[in-house]
Amino acid sequence: MSAQGFGASVRRKEDRRFLLGKGQYTDDITLPHQSYAVFVRSPHAHANLGAIDAAKAKAVPGVLAVLTGADVAAAGLGGIPCGWAVKSKDGSSMVEPPHPALAQGAVRHVGDPVAMVIADSKTAARAAAALVDVDYQVQPVAASITAATAADAPLVWPDAKGNVCFDWHLGDPASTDAAFAKAKHVVEIELTNSRVAPNAMEPRAAIGHYDAANDHTTLYTTSQNPHLIRLLMGAFTLKVPEHKLRVVAPDVGGGFGSKIYHYAEELLVAWASRVVGRPVKWTSDRMEAFVSDAHGRDHISKAQLALDANGKFLGLRVATLANIGAYLSTFAPAIPTYLYATLLSGPYDFPAIYAEVKAIFTHTVAVDAYRGAGRPEATYLLERLVDKAARQLGIDRIELRRKNLIRTDQFPYQTQVALAYDIGNYQATLDMALASIDHAGYDKRKQATEAKGKLRGFGISTYIEACGIAPSALVGALGARAGLYEAATVRVHPTGSVSVFTGTHSHGQGHETTFAQIISEKLGVPVENVEVVHGDTDRIPFGMGTYGSRSAAVGGSAIVKAIDKIVEKGKKIAAHLLEASAADVEFVDGKYRVVGTDRAKAFGEVAFAAYVPHNYPIETVEPGLEENAFYDPKNFTFPGGTHLVEVEVDPETGVVEIAEVAIADDVGVVINPMIVDGQAHGGLAQGIGQALLEEAVYDADGQLVNGSYLNYVMPRAADLPFFKVGNHVTACTHNPLGIKGVGETGAIGVPPAVINAVIDALAPLGVTDISMPATPEKVWRAIQAAKKGA
Amino acid sequence: MAITLRVNRQAHTVDCAPNTLLVDVLREKLRLTGTHVGCDTSQCGACTVHVDGRSVKSCTMLAVEAADAEITTIEGLASSADGSSGRSGLADGGNLHPMQAAFQECHGLQCGFCTPGMVMSATDLCRRNPKPTEHEVRHWLEGNLCRCTGYHNIVKAVLAGAEAMGGKAK
Ligand code: FES
Ligand code: FES
Repeated sequence: MSAQGFGASVRRKEDRRFLLGKGQYTDDITLPHQSYAVFVRSPHAHANLGAIDAAKAKAVPGVLAVLTGADVAAAGLGGIPCGWAVKSKDGSSMVEPPHPALAQGAVRHVGDPVAMVIADSKTAARAAAALVDVDYQVQPVAASITAATAADAPLVWPDAKGNVCFDWHLGDPASTDAAFAKAKHVVEIELTNSRVAPNAMEPRAAIGHYDAANDHTTLYTTSQNPHLIRLLMGAFTLKVPEHKLRVVAPDVGGGFGSKIYHYAEELLVAWASRVVGRPVKWTSDRMEAFVSDAHGRDHISKAQLALDANGKFLGLRVATLANIGAYLSTFAPAIPTYLYATLLSGPYDFPAIYAEVKAIFTHTVAVDAYRGAGRPEATYLLERLVDKAARQLGIDRIELRRKNLIRTDQFPYQTQVALAYDIGNYQATLDMALASIDHAGYDKRKQATEAKGKLRGFGISTYIEACGIAPSALVGALGARAGLYEAATVRVHPTGSVSVFTGTHSHGQGHETTFAQIISEKLGVPVENVEVVHGDTDRIPFGMGTYGSRSAAVGGSAIVKAIDKIVEKGKKIAAHLLEASAADVEFVDGKYRVVGTDRAKAFGEVAFAAYVPHNYPIETVEPGLEENAFYDPKNFTFPGGTHLVEVEVDPETGVVEIAEVAIADDVGVVINPMIVDGQAHGGLAQGIGQALLEEAVYDADGQLVNGSYLNYVMPRAADLPFFKVGNHVTACTHNPLGIKGVGETGAIGVPPAVINAVIDALAPLGVTDISMPATPEKVWRAIQAAKKGA
Repeated sequence: MAITLRVNRQAHTVDCAPNTLLVDVLREKLRLTGTHVGCDTSQCGACTVHVDGRSVKSCTMLAVEAADAEITTIEGLASSADGSSGRSGLADGGNLHPMQAAFQECHGLQCGFCTPGMVMSATDLCRRNPKPTEHEVRHWLEGNLCRCTGYHNIVKAVLAGAEAMGGKAK
């Protein structure tokens, strides 16, 4: 409709304040009389807690309080709740251990908070924290899936026998067995999906401010979903009614899932402010972040693929062990189940699938959603397995995929793992990506690489994912303890400018621009005249926040619903002004017009009349022009596509260089191509990071051996090329915008493409497997081992 | 102890301990919170400022060491010598520094947290090397981490910013 509507790469409205250094992140906020909190965290992965002696700490000048688990218990604060309950195969509930905000009786991972020191200054709080004397009685440790599932493994929780949190399954074992019985080929794979640390560049921070005069608490926090935090704190942890608690998530410097969860520190600063009578601020150090932010991935899986003589997939069997950490983080149980196993059909037509997932407690920090959350794990498994099948059967990898991709005439497609895909065109994205990378020219590039004494490999991944989670009734039946709708308010001001209040939260996604574009598209109001408000429970009626690429698909749909109500109400006002019947008035190009005439009222005129109702149908239409809407999704959305990677490997050093990345995604209707491409770029970098560089490594004692930027390696500019990004749109059929979601595609699709490319490069040497991250050392060792074996 | 710092062409006298880091003085005492802290091991570059025109990680420098220097932070960049010249031809060139404008034009930022450091670092590069290549940009930015953009648009922004600052990219 307008030049700033859908399809326009409008430059971002939010950029100015960030570029001028005027963003306001939580740590940038300083409240009068603010005090500072520093946490004493366990240096041990498992220990019983004896006495905590805080006398020396309390004697440090400036110290206001030293609080421990005993104080938390005495204050009646609730434990940190889990937001999703998964049932085991036998119908029993998952083991849901207590999670006090400060450890009580025992610590269960390095970084488990034991005491909170509050002082006048950060320096004093730090000095005092070092003086808190804790009697740790060290206990045996199970810091990995392998250690925790060994016979006689030390138990993280006495109730969780074998350290199993739940033993869950999905799909039909009988039809899957039957499929394998008639298979011509069975291909097997065993692999790990490496553990990674999210590492948003802004460390978590929180400021609690208790206003005693009004008995009201304000929490500033680095959150992707302030209303969810208010919900959990109000109902479960701080236990105050909503109107006595305001949660503000101001500018937030990236999240990638790690800022979804309700963390103990949020509760503790809010409560401590009441205790010390001053605002309390905490800002995480980076090393502290490594041991206190939830991590991602960490699976060990075995899978078998059944194929007929022609390479058609007959069935899939998957058994996965998922590390869930020591405590259950907010969405942890949903990740390796409803966001993982439900995706195991991928973009393929599978007649039978059976998946079993055991979640395993370990003495490590919690594992929860990290960009992609379950879908990268499913994609990695499937795409590695399909590649292995192609090699084993001697079928071209692209051809094997083509043979099995769901055809466009099969939509809507009911998978064997609960999900029903509404629409897609996986052949189109495959063709688009192959053209984009110039696959026809691959052999030439390979020769050029070989002329340099290096090896070249080509890797492919055809993937599907699920976003915009999903009807509240459905997720409720699956164990979610919250609804997953989104809320919006659209307020048209008297002069026709617009404020949009959204329950989603932007921490890099650019909602202040894209949501303004929705208004521009639908109401014809220029984006400069639209303000998008997010991140404050006092300003926004309600919301569920931003995760799972839901903001545009679900949050945007709520905005559209509110806009529709505005348009309808405006019709009645315009009809009055135009002396026509509302049925004869249409809203086109930002104007209300009597159908078939040139009699029209501009949107701004109608807005003005709504607030200055001198000539107005006051008997039947209320003044004002503001509407609320809640949108509950009808289904998940299903972005998908093809990710292609070419690598160059130096056989002498094992160094893998990313030579080409070309992707073609179908993320549904695109509001702002510049922003959509940017989301893909970021996801790709994180996916390549996991494939080549990153891994959070715990040793047998449960120490995180690379918990700082000195040794946790993330991609830097020189590690990556420019990416070739393309979009082929099939519009989502069940939301009003046709949007599917783009936040996570890069991180989901690309890791197996990278590893498949590395294996392809090394295949002539006899290498058949390499695990993430494919570091130079690992690649070099694989080459040496293959040479020895040959 | 009292020290006097010249920041964004203004003198400030602040009281701080001798071991106080420059970044802490900027953020806590002068409330110049555009300079960010992303790590505790001098790896991320979110804290990058200019000290006598050269990019420096302000978490690696004591405030006292900067006492005689001219410090520019992201807040002062647009009004620095090569600041908003209006000759960039890029969106908003009028009141952003050409490098800032290039970041907006090329979508070189998402959450914005790494951005001040990136912009300060990139500006220094382009003052030293007015026509950097893609390769030179990527290697120059070695000290700056971004978790959002995959660097794709940051590199494009720096190349565009270099051009806008006067060099014509190679
Ligand atoms: S805060 Fe200075 S380099 Fe990270
Ligand atoms: S824009 Fe978020 S870290 Fe770079």
